[in-house]
Amino acid sequence: MIGATDPLFADPFGLPEVGVVLLKVFVAFVFLLVAVMFNIWFLRKVISDMQNRIGPNLAGPWGILVTLADGIKLFFKEDLIPEKSHRFVFKLAPYLSLIPAFLVFAIVPIGGDFNRTDGPGIISIFGHETLLQVADPPVGILFFLAMSSLAIYGVMLAGWGSGSKYPLLGSVRASAQMVSYEAALGLSIASVVLVSGTLSMHDMVLTQAGPGFNSFVPNWNIIVTGFIPFFIFLVAGTAELNHPPFDLVEAEQELVGGFHTEYSSIRFALFYLAEFMNQITMGAIIVTLFLGGPAGPALFVPKGWWVGVFWFFFKLMLFLFGFVWLRATLPRLRYDQLMDLGWKLLIPVSLAWFLVLAGIQIGRDRGWSSVEVGAFALGFGVVCMLCGALLMMALSSARAQRLTDLEQASADSGQASADLGQKRADLGETPTKGVLRG
Amino acid sequence: MSEVIVFAVAAIIVLSGAVGVVISRNPVHSALFLIQTLFGVAVLFVLQEAHFLAAVQIVVYAGAIVILFLFVIMLLGVDTADDWSVEPIAGQRPLTVIAGAALGGLGLALVVVASDVLTGKVRSGGERALDERALDNGFTDIERIGRVLFSDYALSFEITAALLTVAVIGAVVLTRRQLRSELLEDLEAVSMDLPPAAPATSGSEAPTPPGEGNTTAAPVAPGESRAR
Repeated sequence: MIGATDPLFADPFGLPEVGVVLLKVFVAFVFLLVAVMFNIWFLRKVISDMQNRIGPNLAGPWGILVTLADGIKLFFKEDLIPEKSHRFVFKLAPYLSLIPAFLVFAIVPIGGDFNRTDGPGIISIFGHETLLQVADPPVGILFFLAMSSLAIYGVMLAGWGSGSKYPLLGSVRASAQMVSYEAALGLSIASVVLVSGTLSMHDMVLTQAGPGFNSFVPNWNIIVTGFIPFFIFLVAGTAELNHPPFDLVEAEQELVGGFHTEYSSIRFALFYLAEFMNQITMGAIIVTLFLGGPAGPALFVPKGWWVGVFWFFFKLMLFLFGFVWLRATLPRLRYDQLMDLGWKLLIPVSLAWFLVLAGIQIGRDRGWSSVEVGAFALGFGVVCMLCGALLMMALSSARAQRLTDLEQASADSGQASADLGQKRADLGETPTKGVLRG
Repeated sequence: MSEVIVFAVAAIIVLSGAVGVVISRNPVHSALFLIQTLFGVAVLFVLQEAHFLAAVQIVVYAGAIVILFLFVIMLLGVDTADDWSVEPIAGQRPLTVIAGAALGGLGLALVVVASDVLTGKVRSGGERALDERALDNGFTDIERIGRVLFSDYALSFEITAALLTVAVIGAVVLTRRQLRSELLEDLEAVSMDLPPAAPATSGSEAPTPPGEGNTTAAPVAPGESRAR
């Protein structure tokens, strides 16, 4: 059933196989926890360097145990449940954010030699052949989408269950943001699915392995899909994580702490854990979708399953560093900018690019001549641009017309100017920025 | 055997969730129970090896539709403060019991009488509906659904897509009626952005950049705003 491609399930499934599965689950669990500890320390160290500070340096060598110290501290703090909260929902919410964060990692292939021809990506644990990923469900990447849409519940219910204004506002923001960006995320994933022709994460890595173009440029989806879906996924994924510069969810200046304002002690730690875990899994998903996951460049000489593990973590580290860099560098977006970016830029661009990719795919299948297709695409582009220009003209002339109408009406009655003056007086605003003139 | 166990657990999840949706007083709790039910159904789908349906069930229903429910509940503040002792429509509750019992009886009768037809084991005529081999032709359920959706049902698929697009555009058009007051704000914003016709004459003002003549500026008397 689950893991149609996993050779572990092909044999008669007995107790040893269950043991192997449990081992993989356990390793993934421990790995994620340790990786989160590392990720938090890494964040603090790198940000400190970027800000000319030393950062954590007391707990352990280079302060590497700082997260452990933080965790122990959080464990022993008072666990406060606000009186006006909905107790059950309030207690449930942290787990609803944490569990999807754990589960997503289960579908990520983290190692194996994908360049070999017999059983690529398959390793042997105690004589049992299996994939180096906890599960390879046939729905693959859809599982990631399902889990990321479930993660919204944690945030949403945390805000609502707190029975307090700031968390509620923060959670409404968060869920609107996550729902909006999920569309762009899904569309860029669709581009990847289109070129790789599969939903399974294992098969996606397989299609990206191999010598590639001229056995120099790797066959990764970032190149095959033409970079645009990658950047859209990167932006939408960052927004999906509520990571800076999209962290309006916990904008301190406006919302105190956002959805987790009322949380303390270990419940807060769970949110914190989920946030950093989501960064790791999002990085892992990007690596798998676009950068070939464990499949390194074929030129790389050593072979073996650990080479895949090395490449996977090398690429993952790049993204983890990128996330820290974003946090240290970029200021927060305004809410309308966030929604504009999501709905008016990312979704149309990813949709259009998806159509272009689909057209190329069909053309390749049917063997269309590239000259004809190019000419047609050029013509189509010109027509589209003409239509766009006409639309822009129509919009601007409609706007001008509306303004003249209003001007006319106000000149007739003098009402508009009075309204305007009244409004300014109501706001107690002094006209310093711009002077209104007739 | 294991299939029976999974079915029993999933059925308990589904049914208890469904009961919870109906009996909980708090609408948010109802929505949570609804998610529980949807998850149970997703498990049942996986049990039938309909992986794609299971994933879509969670992505679409749990991930989008119930989120929308919760949005509405949270934003509109439907709360426990409502008085449930008063029936909005007289005689509603006895009628609900009758209608519910009737529907339940009907469903039960259907299952008892025609279970083979309902499960697709036989067609209503009596012949075998599904070729066993057709179900096991080496394609995954995703491939099969894709094939059917984009060949046999391509037209209905596209009509559905067009319908949804029309609905979205219609909703946007209906809700974006610009009121007179909003137009005024619009106008104000425009006049703030536009560069003034000539450099400011009054010395007390912040220096404004000189610009081209503006023809669409706000119809405010020159001295009015300055006087404040």
